[in-house]
Amino acid sequence: MSINVEEKLFQNRYKVDHGRPHINIANPEVCAHECKTQQCTNVCPANCYKSEGNGRVVLITDGCLECGTCRIICDDYRNVDWEYPRGGYGILFKFG
Amino acid sequence: MSEKFDVIVVGAGPSGNSAAYTLAKAGLNVIQIERGEYAGSKNVQGAILYSDALEKIIPEFRDEAPLERHIIEQRMWVLDDESFIGTHYRSDAFNKVPYNRYTIIRAQFDKWYSEKVREAGALVICETTVTDLLMDGDRVVGIETDRENGSLYADVVILADGVNSLLAKKAGFHPEIKPGDVALAVKEILFMPQELIEQRFNIKGEEGVVIEMAGKITQGMMGTGFLYTNKESITVGVGCMLSDFKETQVPPYQLLEQMKNHPSIKPLLEGGEMKEYTAHLIPEGGYKAVPQVYGNGWMIVGDSGMFVNAVHREGSNLAMTTGRMAAETIIELKAAGKELVASNLAVYRQKLDESFVMKDLKKYKDMPGIFHTNPQFFTAYPELVNQAAHTMLTVDGVDKKTKEKEIFKSFTAKRSLLGLMGDAFKLWRAFR
Repeated sequence: MSINVEEKLFQNRYKVDHGRPHINIANPEVCAHECKTQQCTNVCPANCYKSEGNGRVVLITDGCLECGTCRIICDDYRNVDWEYPRGGYGILFKFG
Repeated sequence: MSEKFDVIVVGAGPSGNSAAYTLAKAGLNVIQIERGEYAGSKNVQGAILYSDALEKIIPEFRDEAPLERHIIEQRMWVLDDESFIGTHYRSDAFNKVPYNRYTIIRAQFDKWYSEKVREAGALVICETTVTDLLMDGDRVVGIETDRENGSLYADVVILADGVNSLLAKKAGFHPEIKPGDVALAVKEILFMPQELIEQRFNIKGEEGVVIEMAGKITQGMMGTGFLYTNKESITVGVGCMLSDFKETQVPPYQLLEQMKNHPSIKPLLEGGEMKEYTAHLIPEGGYKAVPQVYGNGWMIVGDSGMFVNAVHREGSNLAMTTGRMAAETIIELKAAGKELVASNLAVYRQKLDESFVMKDLKKYKDMPGIFHTNPQFFTAYPELVNQAAHTMLTVDGVDKKTKEKEIFKSFTAKRSLLGLMGDAFKLWRAFR
């Protein structure tokens, strides 16, 4: 079963802080060459991490639900720089 | 903003609001910082509100708070791929005021609670992220925010900043959370007409039903699913340990979608219009994962302190209670003219130890470990008990004695006699 999470995220409200992502991959080379499992690309509930064909991982935080999964799950390499968005930005839950 | 406050509260969820409200009510000078547009806009929960914890803080909450339905029936389902076996407990005793628990919608509830905090006299600042704790030696003296000239000072800082407590981690108060200590839950809210919900769940007025689920829906991972009835919506979700997600690499939204399509669940959701998809971490490490929760000029409350009873699906009540107890500790120390340093704030931990919060966490202290190392509780057993029910309830000319033997054989084939006894012993140890 292949699920398009983008359709789910489309229902959510966001105030995107353009040009200032609150999460960054510390060293992209680690994802590309050292991390064999790349669990962030499957386990991020908003599918913000995508595996490119060449082994690199691309992160786009626009749909982020700010759960913290990617930070904690990257415990082998600690390669995720994770901060909260600036006040007022990011996901705005209507119901929560 | 260089005024000094008695207390700074970071975060406006159930624990932060309970702390800020209790402190402000007692006349202390409180400022509360919330990063969301309004209190609740960053918060996610199933959500069940347990009356007792809130009643101890705001006795008249039922007259004002936005509540969805009071729960009169709890269903517990153990699911195989195409069936479930379960127990339902429904009682008219739960239908008499004062109601014991309610479903709530957190964005609305937290907004209301935050209004109460303001009314009590606290200064609530939203759209502001706290970036650091300000230290004087080993003592917390204030916070740094992302506002211009955003430093604030206080005698004590209460960290109610949720499961991702970056502040406590940065300050070295506790190490980074381990994937085995948190569950990742994903959830959807589906809207449908009130009458439809009432027909489907055999309820009327403001009565509500909750379903807690375990079994094959978590695809071998340690976790549970849930379905709660609100007034005009249903929330449906599933959560599993992050360490299990890491291992299986099952996308959480796929897990949720498969659960929603289970033949026993699907009919309950039919016609619902999905209006929001959320994800949240739940600290489920239990007693052994609770960090140091106080120090010189700081205290930790709620999810940030891992105060969740995963076995009973309780969290918001522990959050409210720890928030209240932290506040009461400060109020007492202030009244006695004592410094808010570790040696005096230790009273907070004593209060927690004497309350249901730590007593319950202690009771189930071995639970996370046992379920981690024994996945059969989430796979083999749900399958076996469902098959057993199916065998016994299928009328096919085979005599009952033979059927019993067949069932017994299916259990020993999967787990062996010794395995069965061992499992029973492990469960007894974990639950006693």
